[in-house]
Amino acid sequence: MEQSNTNAINIDRRSGLNFIILGLMALGACVLMGVLGAFKYIYPDSLGGLEFHKLRPVHVSLAVAWIFLAAIGGIYHYLPNYKNLMITWPRAIKLHFWIFVITGIAILTAFSMGIFGGREYWAYPPALSAPIFATWILFGFNILFTLKKEKNPWPVYYWMWMTGIIFFLITFSEAHLYLIPFFSENIIRETTIQWKSYGALVGSWNMLVYGTGMFVMERISGNKELAHSTSAFLLYTLSFIALMVGWAHHVYAVDSATWIRMLAYTVSMAELAMLAKIIWDWRTSLTPEQKHAHLQSYRFIFAADIWVFLNLILAILISIPAFNLFSHGTHITVAHAMGTTIGINTMILMGSVFLITEEVAGLNFKGWAKSCANYGHWITNISLIVFLGSLMVAGSMEAFTEWEDFYEKSDAVLPLLTLFAFSGIGLLVGLWMVVVSAIRLLTLDTTNQAEPLKAAAE
Amino acid sequence: MTEHQPWRRILFLSLFVSFFFYSASVYTSGTALTGVPNASESAYRGQALYRENNCTACHQIYGLGGYMGPDLTNIVIDMEKGPEYAAMFIEEGTDRMPNFDLNSEQVADLVAYLEYAGAAGAYNPQKGRMTWYGTVEYERD
Repeated sequence: MEQSNTNAINIDRRSGLNFIILGLMALGACVLMGVLGAFKYIYPDSLGGLEFHKLRPVHVSLAVAWIFLAAIGGIYHYLPNYKNLMITWPRAIKLHFWIFVITGIAILTAFSMGIFGGREYWAYPPALSAPIFATWILFGFNILFTLKKEKNPWPVYYWMWMTGIIFFLITFSEAHLYLIPFFSENIIRETTIQWKSYGALVGSWNMLVYGTGMFVMERISGNKELAHSTSAFLLYTLSFIALMVGWAHHVYAVDSATWIRMLAYTVSMAELAMLAKIIWDWRTSLTPEQKHAHLQSYRFIFAADIWVFLNLILAILISIPAFNLFSHGTHITVAHAMGTTIGINTMILMGSVFLITEEVAGLNFKGWAKSCANYGHWITNISLIVFLGSLMVAGSMEAFTEWEDFYEKSDAVLPLLTLFAFSGIGLLVGLWMVVVSAIRLLTLDTTNQAEPLKAAAE
Repeated sequence: MTEHQPWRRILFLSLFVSFFFYSASVYTSGTALTGVPNASESAYRGQALYRENNCTACHQIYGLGGYMGPDLTNIVIDMEKGPEYAAMFIEEGTDRMPNFDLNSEQVADLVAYLEYAGAAGAYNPQKGRMTWYGTVEYERD
């Protein structure tokens, strides 16, 4: 297995870890905001001045921050520590981090003051997009010039990471086209492009997350062929096509051209099927020793595989126009979004976080922190079953029952949404246990961390 | 594994270029409005107010947005509801919706925006005809 070469590391070893720790904190806060939002939804008079239209954007922004921070932190950590690639501009990493922190504080301040940009994912005032865009330019060039030093053909995860970065910049720009009247004065164009940009945004973070997952699987198994295999590049190609057109299952009901909707139907969820196959094949190829060496990381990737299968069934269903006609805009759509975000993306990213945690902490990965991560993993996954199940049943009732009006429908599904909110507390407890454990281990005194890293790698 | 494989670059570049052609089609012919004028100045101001007050956190337009309140796409053109109905909710708020203290001109702008949204299409058009292979044909097709 590859070992880290301390001579090749030209950055503070913690640079990547700082992104990951910040990401874990964002995840913890995100789940708390989600639970508060859910209770505000069910009991509108509760929680005093905390208003739902302020809680929701905070929750969504923190979820997006978690995904990007964990993926970015992993890339900054893996390249110098495990791939012997010196980061081209080491100081740019610190600049990246601090711009992210300051912009994040500015966004949360804007939300608390009731200043919004009013978009689904990017709910903050659009002026704050400028520093975010700048950090991605910085990140993109830094990683591109770093990867250019690689003498061998790129493994699939390099392709996925670079494609994710490039398409983040494209989709982020696309999400701001509404600032130009040509796009915003036509509501069909405005709505369609909004869906398109969000679909491509999810596609771009899927590229970063799947790339991270491929790296983790290669690292655990020690099988370098995995990231060069035909299956891996088929997954890359399918993810790329899904990034381009997969969003369109959200716009079947929008009066856009027929070919846009039909193309989305034609492009099935083969991307998820391929991801499931790759993880399944990888699992069956591992020896007990390999599983045991990175047990916590393995558990999260295994959980991701189960959630991929479950989400695949749902994703295929909602991509059938005749089903989508009824299901879209109900809590089935919420189950789809949260199932993929928590079940797939968060589980894969936790696999990456604990791969690093287990190697950084080395022999210190024991005691309460280890138990906390293990129990947290189980509580999270069991809660997630109830969480998504209640959303699915509520959504099915909304979709397939004739309702007099919105209020009758809301009252009927309220018991299920109450169950959803309480299972959210389970998710909160489980994820906080995982987060606390990871942060505790990642913030250990690492002045001598090269030794545990080497020990784990060997 | 040391040989270079140019097909990977070709794959990336061909998908990259396809994305731009696809996007250009979506931006133009794919989303051209037929038989509906572009937003009026009042509707355009209403759209900005909709964003500034983060209405999308709780309401959907064409299925995009939150679930706290109803989808608003066709609320104003609904024969049983109409502009007065929408204006009353915006002015007064409810137990689930704050009163945003908008003046009468702002309320009128928001209603104009919702009127425009409704005129552009129907959501959710559940009267489509289903085919045996799972697609739906709408009258607009």
